[in-house]
Amino acid sequence: MNRAVVIGVGNEYRHDDGVGLAVLAALDAHPIPGVVTALCDGEPAALLEAWTGAGLAIVIDAVLCEPSTPGRIWRSTVDGLPRGSGTASSHALGIPDAVRLGAALGRVPDELVVFAVEAADLGLGVGLTPAVQAAVPEVVRAVRDELGRD
Amino acid sequence: MSHRSRQLKVSSLARVEGEGALHVRIADGTVERVELNIYEPPRFFEAFLRGRAHTEPPDITARICGICPVAYQTSACNAIEQACGVTLDAQLADVRRLLYCGEWISSHSLHIYLLHAPDFLGHPDAISLATRHREVVERGLALKKAGNTLLETFGGRAIHPVNVRVGGFYSLPTRAELAPLAETLRRALDIALDTVRWTAGFEFPDLELDHDFLAAYEPGRYAIADGTLRTTSGSAFPPREFSAHVVESQVPHSTALHASLDGHRYLTGPLARYTLNSAQLSPTARQVATEAGLGDQCRNPFRSILVRGVELVYAVEEALRLIDGYEQPSRPFVDVPARAGVGHGISEAPRGTLYHRYELDDGGLIRAADIVPPTSQNQAAIEDDLRRVVSGNLDLDDAALTGLCERTIRNYDPCISCSAHFLDVTWEHR
Repeated sequence: MNRAVVIGVGNEYRHDDGVGLAVLAALDAHPIPGVVTALCDGEPAALLEAWTGAGLAIVIDAVLCEPSTPGRIWRSTVDGLPRGSGTASSHALGIPDAVRLGAALGRVPDELVVFAVEAADLGLGVGLTPAVQAAVPEVVRAVRDELGRD
Repeated sequence: MSHRSRQLKVSSLARVEGEGALHVRIADGTVERVELNIYEPPRFFEAFLRGRAHTEPPDITARICGICPVAYQTSACNAIEQACGVTLDAQLADVRRLLYCGEWISSHSLHIYLLHAPDFLGHPDAISLATRHREVVERGLALKKAGNTLLETFGGRAIHPVNVRVGGFYSLPTRAELAPLAETLRRALDIALDTVRWTAGFEFPDLELDHDFLAAYEPGRYAIADGTLRTTSGSAFPPREFSAHVVESQVPHSTALHASLDGHRYLTGPLARYTLNSAQLSPTARQVATEAGLGDQCRNPFRSILVRGVELVYAVEEALRLIDGYEQPSRPFVDVPARAGVGHGISEAPRGTLYHRYELDDGGLIRAADIVPPTSQNQAAIEDDLRRVVSGNLDLDDAALTGLCERTIRNYDPCISCSAHFLDVTWEHR
């Protein structure tokens, strides 16, 4: 397999939006040989750059759900992602749109797995809420499992 | 069609960098009302900043924008250094300018290729553009990557750089470490020149602005990371007089503040910079501007894509020049001991003049902070453009007129432009 990359999307100054970064920090504490980690604010060009040439890309992001169960972890693949809004801008482009842009440019990883963690609070401020904090080790385990299987 | 009332409502320009709505009301062929409503996040930040140490604003305010964090860091540093009576030596000031060039390259290439160009080529978005013209979008991404590499080299990372501190930087690379970056930028220069030539072939709707223009000015070079202020109406004033000239006021339809310059509407950003300072561009940038049909001024906002392209060429060239003259400073920063005082800082963010003001107590704690970002300064001018565009095109059907309104907003690359790409529009006919 080509190189694998784990991409944490988010902003640690918006509470639970920092969950992807918290997972990256935990992974970086015990680096896995051959696995690159990348931090990203979700901007499409940066996402494409981060996963271009990767055999496996794992993206971790926060999501808001209705009804909400903060801390719940959702796993999906390219096929399972909702279709994009049919629009593209710079800042608001979501992961599904980045996949479509990547596809048009021949820049999608061979395999893409997204772990989305349900957030409770995306307001301004640092620190994850307890439910989301508690999910971090579980996401780390899930990411390591993905990287371990062939 | 023009003899009845029409109402255009665009709700929820919902977006991380700003939230807003657009509302246009037309009655009997006259545009009665145009309201662009943006909620500016910096207001929260001004409250955050009170009580924080004078060393913290570069890191805190960088978080205001993911696209132009260096602008926030730089205006903050300029203001605090002024309050503390410290001046950067020329070498460190050059590095600050160099880092800022990275942000211009990154931000301008993103706007030109992913946001603005699809408007001129009949594509709804960059994904559609990439499907038909893959090489075009690849060019934009290559330029953006070059800008990001520069940001990473001097800022520590591309998004919300962590290497900037009041008085300079935490650490700086050796000259030898910059060789790959210079190589990347040399390739980027060719792409930037191609960008201007490519956009020169677009068709531009007629629109000529008569607003006053405001931009930073530095003797001897195109102002980016510092300067005093100048206007096309002939005013010139230092940053400390910014608030005497630029007055923010509340308008009934918006929670965002509007700004006026000496009592009138004005514009900041690429058109203003180019119109005021084009003579200071490098020979290459001036030459390609001439090739693209730009004179020494540009007052058509649709042509702002050309001006951004010319600034892209300039920023790449300027970065190469600064790297060529770079020597690792013996110390990456100068000390900025706290003292009581007030400081004012400006710089030219990709979208226009960004002003910061800080009031410090004698222990260096911030007593008051004021941030005036370009998008809020330009809000009244954008509304005026919309009014002109709608008035001049009342014969268009709702969909076409709405499309033209969206383009009009995107000309300014406001932080809401992302939302403006998917306006849900409801026309109400009375």
